[in-house]
Amino acid sequence: MKESGFIEELHEIQKREEKNYLMKKDIVEAARHHQITPARAYGVATFYTMFSVQPRGRHIIRVCRNLSCHLAGAEKIVEKLKETLGVDFGQTTEDGEFTLEESSCLGMCSLSPAMMIDDVPYGNLTPEKIPEILEEVRRREK
Amino acid sequence: MKTIEQFRVVLRNVGLIDPESIDEYIAHDGYSALEKVISEMSPEDVVEEVKRSELRGRGGAGFPTGRKWEFTAKADSDQKYIICNADEGEPGTFKDRGIMEGDPHSILEGMLIAGYATGANKGYIYIRGEYALSIKRLQKAIDDAKEYGLLGENILGSGFSFDVEIRKGAGSYNCGEETALMESIEGKRGEPRKKPPYPPTYGLWGKPTVINNVETLANIPPIIVNGADWFKDIGVEGSRGTKVFNLMGDINWKGVVEIPFGTPLSDIVMSMGKGVKDGKKLKAVVLGGVSGSLITPEELNTPVDFNSLARIEAGPGSGSIVVLDETRCIVDVARDIAYFFRHESCGKCTPCRVGTDEMYRIIDRISKGEGKERDIDTLENLGKSMMLTAFCGLGQTAPNVILQSLKKFRDEWLSHIREKRCPVDVCKVS
Repeated sequence: MKESGFIEELHEIQKREEKNYLMKKDIVEAARHHQITPARAYGVATFYTMFSVQPRGRHIIRVCRNLSCHLAGAEKIVEKLKETLGVDFGQTTEDGEFTLEESSCLGMCSLSPAMMIDDVPYGNLTPEKIPEILEEVRRREK
Repeated sequence: MKTIEQFRVVLRNVGLIDPESIDEYIAHDGYSALEKVISEMSPEDVVEEVKRSELRGRGGAGFPTGRKWEFTAKADSDQKYIICNADEGEPGTFKDRGIMEGDPHSILEGMLIAGYATGANKGYIYIRGEYALSIKRLQKAIDDAKEYGLLGENILGSGFSFDVEIRKGAGSYNCGEETALMESIEGKRGEPRKKPPYPPTYGLWGKPTVINNVETLANIPPIIVNGADWFKDIGVEGSRGTKVFNLMGDINWKGVVEIPFGTPLSDIVMSMGKGVKDGKKLKAVVLGGVSGSLITPEELNTPVDFNSLARIEAGPGSGSIVVLDETRCIVDVARDIAYFFRHESCGKCTPCRVGTDEMYRIIDRISKGEGKERDIDTLENLGKSMMLTAFCGLGQTAPNVILQSLKKFRDEWLSHIREKRCPVDVCKVS
């Protein structure tokens, strides 16, 4: 058993991939590294919400709907995101820029409603702020 | 209005020092506890001191930390581990993030002392993947501590060696469960293991492992420096020391506070949180996270400590306080909580996998005015069987708030069912 983390390696692989996902061949390769079966490796890759085995956008939007955010109007934020991007949860915009995902609590409850885009947290959201934030991220390099 | 003072043990440095500067931590007595144990105390002395302090785990379960350490210290093994559980994911909780971002060295120092006391030479900090800044700050702390000879081989020339690595989670609430977390470090799906055997004797890679929450570890250095007697003077019988809480929801001041155990919940909400927002009336408090408990205004004077809260079937849990004002619908809150658990159930055992889904579907139906009166009984029976039969803490605690709401706010549930009406007009009842 290798002590270096298999999950760490999946993080690394996904980060390298422009479309933010784990390709089958890379999962199999990583499995060989760690001396585990491809089936088990695939089981791991599909267990965790931060990993994807489908191509995604350059930027991942994770929006929270758990209790504190829910009370602070997360539904309105979700609606605005869906409307502005023209996608539903789990879908990617046509230009390949954004994938919209729902996330469990991000630990930003005092700034709710909140979301993360890639590694950057955004709090105290209002529907009006959404288009502006998306524009800013569009201009940002990943 | 009465002014309640915070009492900062865990958050002693948060907001005061530059968290990225090891020099500032050292200037505020940082690593003096490590120096003290290495130069003046035997590993047995350290375990004894922590036991005497009566410190209990701050992750939710409240297990005595010193006893955990003792099990591992006494276990015979060539390899032992210390794990810091920083997989904070309970909705409404961000206290550990505050400690990691504000005082990362205090956690490292706690781990080093745990390693010295139990004979472990390797530590892992398992941080949820979403906490990018916490990961960055802790990594910087590890790098700096190594450079100063406070981490690594032969620490301060004592012969004691200890190394720490960060392991990043990848999005799974269930990995906060200690054995699921170990599975995850081992590179597997984050599913819980059967207990016993328990981690102190059979943990990571089957080796004796101490796993402590971030806040628990941050308590260790001040206990060592000031002594167990000093610590026992804070708080109340059965709950020594302080507890960090997060305030949010319909409250005038949101944020992080640290209080001595025994402070009434009403003082925290009304004085520190400056009361319910917009002068509205309090409806309830979700205490200790969505797997915690539901507190009514009549119960608000309860002192916040393990024993007093247990009397009203509650506990400090994760340290989250979510205030609900009179305009909130209890069915809507229950629906949001059920939605969360349905999403986070790992699927290993049937009571939780099927139970969380069924629970959500029933509550969703009721919120739309399509509920039947027998749904209440079904929810109660389902919840009780999950608490008894689910494999791990997730499924066992998922029904807590929902069941308490059925008991404490039954009329509101019945309005949705009998009158097809949401009394506060939150649910879109058809």
